[in-house]
Amino acid sequence: MKNIWAFAKDFLAEALKGGKLYYSWLGFLGLCILAGLYPMYIILSKGLIMTGLTDQISMGQYLSNFVYTAHIAAAAILVVIPGFVYKRPDMRDLAVLGEIVAIGFVISGLIFVLFHMGRPERFWHMLPFVGYPNFPSSTLVFDAITLNVYLILNVIAVSFFLYRRYHDRSVHVPFYHFIVWWAIMWGPLIHIITAAVLGNNARMFAWNTAVLPFAFLSMAGASGPAIVIMIFLLVRKYTRLAIPDSAIDVLRKIMVWSLGIMALVFVSEDFAVLYNSTAHAEPLKFAMFGHHGLNDYVPWFWGIMACFVGSLIALLFPRVYKSYDCWLPFVCLIVAASILLEKPYLLMFPSFSPSPLGEYTVYHTTLPEFLTLAAIWAIGMLVMTLLLKGAVGVILGDVSRESRAAVAHENTGTPVTAQGGA
Amino acid sequence: MSQQCSGHCHCGKGAEEAESIDTTRRDLLKYMGVAAMAGAMAEADSPEAEAATFKEWFQTHYQLMTDSEKKACIARLEARYSEEYGKHVTVSDAPPLKGVLFGYALNIQKCIGCRTCVHACVQENNQSRYDPEVQWIKVLKMEKGGDSFSEDKREKGYPEHSAIGDHGVQVGGNAYTPAGVSLEDSVRYYDPEKVPEDGSFYFPVQCQQCEKPPCVKTCPVRATFREPNGVVVIDYNWCIGCRMCQLACPYGARRFNWGEPNLPPEEMNPKTHYFGNRPRMRGVMEKCTFCLQRTREGRMPACLEACPVGARKFGNLLDPQSEIRQVLATKRVFRFKEEFNTYPKFFYFVD
Ligand code: SF4
Ligand code: SF4
Repeated sequence: MKNIWAFAKDFLAEALKGGKLYYSWLGFLGLCILAGLYPMYIILSKGLIMTGLTDQISMGQYLSNFVYTAHIAAAAILVVIPGFVYKRPDMRDLAVLGEIVAIGFVISGLIFVLFHMGRPERFWHMLPFVGYPNFPSSTLVFDAITLNVYLILNVIAVSFFLYRRYHDRSVHVPFYHFIVWWAIMWGPLIHIITAAVLGNNARMFAWNTAVLPFAFLSMAGASGPAIVIMIFLLVRKYTRLAIPDSAIDVLRKIMVWSLGIMALVFVSEDFAVLYNSTAHAEPLKFAMFGHHGLNDYVPWFWGIMACFVGSLIALLFPRVYKSYDCWLPFVCLIVAASILLEKPYLLMFPSFSPSPLGEYTVYHTTLPEFLTLAAIWAIGMLVMTLLLKGAVGVILGDVSRESRAAVAHENTGTPVTAQGGA
Repeated sequence: MSQQCSGHCHCGKGAEEAESIDTTRRDLLKYMGVAAMAGAMAEADSPEAEAATFKEWFQTHYQLMTDSEKKACIARLEARYSEEYGKHVTVSDAPPLKGVLFGYALNIQKCIGCRTCVHACVQENNQSRYDPEVQWIKVLKMEKGGDSFSEDKREKGYPEHSAIGDHGVQVGGNAYTPAGVSLEDSVRYYDPEKVPEDGSFYFPVQCQQCEKPPCVKTCPVRATFREPNGVVVIDYNWCIGCRMCQLACPYGARRFNWGEPNLPPEEMNPKTHYFGNRPRMRGVMEKCTFCLQRTREGRMPACLEACPVGARKFGNLLDPQSEIRQVLATKRVFRFKEEFNTYPKFFYFVD
């Protein structure tokens, strides 16, 4: 017990230590959360009428952002795969960073789901044993279970790793490997099931397609590594943890393959529906060309497609992908942002037109809705930032039982590579 | 008689078993619930109301309740509604009828688009009256087609004659001309001086009470379910407001309470049913129930009684003598969007 307490204290101390830039980032997240508190209260007490949701577009920003969190959470596991499946030593310790990213995004995602619900305080109705879950018919039940299991797996893996490392003990015991392997298999699963939640609606022509899980997985494979690459580049710039280029190259390759598969998925779906252009094509046509002058989503469609294609092409050039502190993070930002914006503006909103009775509708995000979105994102990102900061300290050996005993040991400035370790 | 024992429930448990499950649930909930209560508590004001809100939060699915729990629940609701609306409100839990499968048929040849049914429904079923007014029936106005076919467009199709050659018109110039039942070209928000308008016909849509309802399959908590008379109902106190059912419904039949419903006390219909027209709360789903509170007592739905031209027919599909069966036997009948395989028990017909 005393050990755990000491670990928690040291870990937190490390997580809260940092330069000006670090504190401004934390401060920014804190502000976002503060700014969101009142809107959160308004939405929870007055209802979703304060958002842009309507009977016509009944899934809005919260669900869109949730899908994105599932993208990243599922893909964060890709950081684990090279170290564990392909036994790459340079990626082994970094696995824990991927798991932390997953934790941050799942936390945001679960809060998004709570806000999406009309009666969040009745969440327990879905729990096994205490509630009355519609098992096995309802895909949402599977989604809730898999997501929570995923969160728990990652929390266990991360705490086990950090705690053992803190005590300078090897983490590579069967228990840890079991949990990590389980998480590796679970990551894609949460995402396939999220796709099923949308895809199981026969009347949603844009979603009721067999390629939806593939679209989700490939988008996850593109946006997840994009975010992780940006985090790795920041980590190696601002800490002594020298993440090797090779680790970043692995992720970049995953990203390129995913973007390529994504292009194939998009083209097959577009061909399948547009060739005959039946009722199934209407939502897509609405996004691509508008409907009798209602063309709010047309610029989004073409803009986002241009970003996808542009990033895919750009990432084929060594001049771009070897430029670790300029072009690569820039392209990663474009990929991550365009997939984030794709969720509401292509996946969600246009898919609801025409409605079952033929209406075409546009979604208008409200200010309270936007502020809550920012706050929910900030909560996940705050957890993720603190965990990452502390974890880097643990991997570097700055946070350990020895260093607690010894007098504040001098920073030698020698970079420590990630290869080291137990 | 309890619903639970009517042989059609999902639980298949005896009352005793349900009770023991219930006790475990309560113990667990005591530990986990406190924080989540904050939101629910905010609405209540008097101590009794607060206590009722608290109890309501712990309340289980109606089908899982024991008889005594059901009684307590009904009493609580009646007291709360009576106080809130300043009149004696009854909440019935009359059981489903024996040997009955409800069906509805609508004569689109007769419908004049007056929307009397829409408003009768709102009054009967205690929907929110303003900001917004919630309506369960939509009447779609459709143009009698034909005017826009034209000789000019006859050969103006696609592909055009070009340098590559003449391959013949593959998409005629008169394609995309609406005619007949066309949802996309239908209008819901029409407001003429006088109905029916020349050149229009009308197509009312409400919950089709599907015999294979996708909304029920997708509800994560079984808040919406098919009761033994074939009507799809919702336990408003069990619904978590996830809107999966609305997403699944191919008929746009479901209405969500995005905000607190506004039901002025003087307009409130005090004769209610637990699964029917009792007042709803913010954040839950609602929809047509074939006027459960009336039809379980052998009365006709409010929309049917209100229709001035007798376009609406209702009855027991299992009774060969019923009017609905006569319609099915003698008229030209179709189901709306039958390609979805939902097997509605709501039929459309022409004479
Ligand atoms: S019409 Fe819609 S709401 Fe009614 S039973 Fe069918 S799917 Fe459910
Ligand atoms: S909104 Fe309510 S009735 Fe509809 S699926 Fe969700 S919990 Fe079930």
